[in-house]
Amino acid sequence: MQLYSRRVWTNRIGIALSMGAMLFGLLALLWILWTLFYNGFSALSWEFFTEDTPAPGSEGGGLRNAIVGSLMIVGMTTLVSTPIGILAGIYLAEFGTTSKFAAMTRFVTDIMLSAPSIVIGLFVYALMVATLGGFSGWAGSVALSLIAVPVVVRTTENMLLLVPTALREAAFAVGAPRWQVSLKVTLRAVKAGVVTGILLAIARVTGETAPLLFTALNNQFYSTDMSQPMGNLPVVIFQFAMSPYENWVNLAWGGALLIALFVLGVNILARVLFRKKSTD
Amino acid sequence: MVTEPLAQAAAAPAAAIKAEVRDLSFYYGDFKSLKGISLPIEEHKVTALIGPSGCGKSTLLRCFNRMHDLYPGNRYEGAINLFPDNVNILARDVDPIEVRMRIGMVFQKPNPFPKSIYDNVAYGLRVRGLRNKTELDDRVEKALKGAALWEEVKNRLDEVAFAMSGGQQQRLCIARALATEPELLLFDEPTSALDPIATGSIEELIQEIREQVSILIVTHNMQQAARVSDYTAYMYLGELIEFGKTDNIFVKPQRKETEDYITGRFG
Repeated sequence: MQLYSRRVWTNRIGIALSMGAMLFGLLALLWILWTLFYNGFSALSWEFFTEDTPAPGSEGGGLRNAIVGSLMIVGMTTLVSTPIGILAGIYLAEFGTTSKFAAMTRFVTDIMLSAPSIVIGLFVYALMVATLGGFSGWAGSVALSLIAVPVVVRTTENMLLLVPTALREAAFAVGAPRWQVSLKVTLRAVKAGVVTGILLAIARVTGETAPLLFTALNNQFYSTDMSQPMGNLPVVIFQFAMSPYENWVNLAWGGALLIALFVLGVNILARVLFRKKSTD
Repeated sequence: MVTEPLAQAAAAPAAAIKAEVRDLSFYYGDFKSLKGISLPIEEHKVTALIGPSGCGKSTLLRCFNRMHDLYPGNRYEGAINLFPDNVNILARDVDPIEVRMRIGMVFQKPNPFPKSIYDNVAYGLRVRGLRNKTELDDRVEKALKGAALWEEVKNRLDEVAFAMSGGQQQRLCIARALATEPELLLFDEPTSALDPIATGSIEELIQEIREQVSILIVTHNMQQAARVSDYTAYMYLGELIEFGKTDNIFVKPQRKETEDYITGRFG
């Protein structure tokens, strides 16, 4: 009986501690969201999406150039990193399970996953900006791709490793060559998981500031030319939030709210997709 | 022990041999899992491999379509000759893909692809380069009829295969294997994940498709071996203990080990 009541209490304490940890995390998240809504919601107006960033001292303005720039840079990043990441993930899971080269790739990918983003920004600065003569949207996309690719590689690999051996063997048993087994059977089987990985990578890079500071820089004007410096939300938020102008600070809050909502939306989409797949 | 069953089979008149295992040993790394197996597989007959868990029956079965090639560290010694062309399918210069084109396999658990019913059956044909829609339709229909599934699925060929029952999924896997018209079909405990009714229909099916294809089946259900097979091989610890006509093996086994296993004194 004594043993029993001790177990009951251990259980209660355990549950209390984990609930506490969960509440702490949840509270922080809600607090952030609350602050963003409180300060940023009023900035979200028609002009916010249709006007460009205002010059110092001028009234009003919006973030159109930064929103479009961010969409283009992140969109290009997605276009580049999705095929590279998926193919590398397939290689690791299906072809290179035992090879030294694969082990090395896996190791490098892990390092890239945890590399500070400012280092990646500086690297691309040295590689593209300093040599090609200027900041550009392209350089920004390259920097973000270096962050996104490892995420896609590892999620793709992990998803493929979850495919039951029986399914893979079934495809081999009808005489399919390895590349067909990978592309037409196993990758298909984990489609939802791979898409989830891509979405998470997008969410991850959308808020990255440091890599863009050194690469895309910023642009006060509306531009869709990716070979020129490009406005983007994170850098604009960084600049505007620290400025003395009230309308700039307001726009920064609005931009922060917009990014947070975008990332939240992408994450929820990823979860919904993943859940739908697992109940199929 | 090894030559005896061969002699017995050779003595049987007018029996065409589809494949012949010759002194086959198999290694998982350093572990010798099959020890000098010799065994004939007769054409259009069902040959059953029985024995306790770990006896090597599945390992032997998976040699036939070179499944072991997918994993590193595996090694074959000896030969499996496939007739009529008498080619050793274990030879290094024989492409496993070619072997799998001639020898199909049905697995323990139904493992349809995450595709539609139609695409599951058509998969093997497409791998072989068949693109003609009419011909694909014909072959898919024929295979599904062969697997006694056509009447149940003909109106929902576009549905995902996972929506079917376990027994239907297994028959779909048989249809998938039949579609490419293999010469030899391997069954690896095909009913162990199924209920008795589904098991009955699969067993019936095995009896029927024997007309078109030679069959090698692994089962740990002795009654099943007795029901469906013409020949039975009893294996234990990687060795072939006894091989012969199923009736003889179950009624008057030659060796004491076989008798002990069959009568349930062991295993």
